[in-house]
Amino acid sequence: MSAALALREVSVELGGRPVLRDATLEVARGELVGLLGPNGAGKTTLLRTALGLLRPASGRIEVDGDATRHRRGAIGYVPQRHEFAWEFPISVEEVVMSGRSGALGLLRRPGIADWKAVDDALYRVRMTELRERPVGQLSGGQRQRVLVARALALGSPVLLLDEPFTGLDMPTQELLTDLFQSLAREDRAVLMTTHDLAAALYSCDRLALLNGTVLATGTPQQLAAEEALWQQTFGISARSPLLRVLEAVA
Amino acid sequence: MSPADFLTDLLNPDLAFLPKALLVAVVSSIVCGVIGCHVVLRGMAFIGDAVAHAVFPGLAIAFVTGGSLVLGGTLAGVATAVLVAVFSQNRRIKEDSIIGVFFVAAFALGIVVISQAPGYAGSLQQFLFGSITGIPDRDLYVVAGTGLLVLGIALLLHKELVTVSLDRESARALGLAVFWLDLLLYVLVTLAVVISVQTIGNILVLALLITPPATARLLTDRLALMMLLAPAIGGLGALVGLYVSWSWDYPTGGTIVLVLTAAFLLAWFLAPRQGVLAKAWERGSSRRRGRLEPH
Repeated sequence: MSAALALREVSVELGGRPVLRDATLEVARGELVGLLGPNGAGKTTLLRTALGLLRPASGRIEVDGDATRHRRGAIGYVPQRHEFAWEFPISVEEVVMSGRSGALGLLRRPGIADWKAVDDALYRVRMTELRERPVGQLSGGQRQRVLVARALALGSPVLLLDEPFTGLDMPTQELLTDLFQSLAREDRAVLMTTHDLAAALYSCDRLALLNGTVLATGTPQQLAAEEALWQQTFGISARSPLLRVLEAVA
Repeated sequence: MSPADFLTDLLNPDLAFLPKALLVAVVSSIVCGVIGCHVVLRGMAFIGDAVAHAVFPGLAIAFVTGGSLVLGGTLAGVATAVLVAVFSQNRRIKEDSIIGVFFVAAFALGIVVISQAPGYAGSLQQFLFGSITGIPDRDLYVVAGTGLLVLGIALLLHKELVTVSLDRESARALGLAVFWLDLLLYVLVTLAVVISVQTIGNILVLALLITPPATARLLTDRLALMMLLAPAIGGLGALVGLYVSWSWDYPTGGTIVLVLTAAFLLAWFLAPRQGVLAKAWERGSSRRRGRLEPH
């Protein structure tokens, strides 16, 4: 599998403080990769750098082998839900169309192709019937699906998800996990950050352990057997319940 | 005074300032209503207040030197917005504190400048509280032209402005120039404020930006409808306000603001779904349904 998204030896400093050091990570089309690490490990910084929102001090970021595309709005991004203005008087379909604002260009109105992309994205996340509903009236899970549809409307082969399960109940998490897996199967590269270890272990094709740099990548089964690696990444002791969860997977 | 008498006065050639004041008040209310929707939905009322105050030194300099009030006010507003943007880069002090420092400083500068003009007290009062007399004919063209320009830009860049308002980080990720769109919105707010200052005054102009859009928000969950309702409420409020002010000899700016505030309170209580009464009725209905359902 060729990498749709590749970060090669990327270092990032924020306010003069190094946050990422020589981080290397590849995500291929067709796979769902979970990015795991403790608070302050640099997960969000890595996503923001991949999106072109932060300029790395060194290193290279490529989308389908192109080192400039990530800075031109070519990556679908699903932010954390609290970053979106849900009180805004706007319908579901209008939010999804806003995902095409960058691709449309200044002053251009949406055309048939744009509405087709919105229709497809809404259908993909099963929100077609709620397309005219004001977003403020949606549940947490529906809101998450709207944000995913907005990212899908861009038509990008790469999708970045920032903590998509936070604050959601178990059935909604299950529904979203199925959605993310099926999006990856449709030839997309999907990278998500999460604190939900169980969800990541059971739903992701590969995991990347991050703490200042990418310490290891591998399938959940491969990494679950490496207890020392998890202790190093999360700074936990040998008695941590997290290691018991890993034993179950390994 | 009856509405018919007011209409007669509007058509009286000896009272030519009255229809001009009405036209300026209604046009500026419409423009402020549309731009104010962005201000209200982004929760940037404080920035709107800051811009309203920041235009004052420009207006004062233009007034003292006989220059264009629109140009002077716009330059001062934009200069203050840029200063706030630059100084906000220092993360030790939050943006609202920076805004607080600069808009009061700009206002103080305006007072110092206008104190150098002959008839200082009268000029200051006119700027602060508005006046319906003394609007020159050329200002009608400036207000109409500027208003059309502001509405045109807001319409053309509607999807970009909305995308930024929804979620700034994602807007940046989509490749939108968020900083420039923010600056453009400040400029549009500035222009809307500048064309409104003459009739309603510098202190009260914030009401034109905030109250009609806030009222419209209580009435609808649709952005397009909100952007039609807000200027309609603002324009109607200006018309009714001017009528009341002319009939009972009240200050124009203050009367328009009080009429708009009354509309807001009406919507607060009587709005079909979000109003206090509708919610109380809904709660009562739920309780009644609960009592009737078998346990």
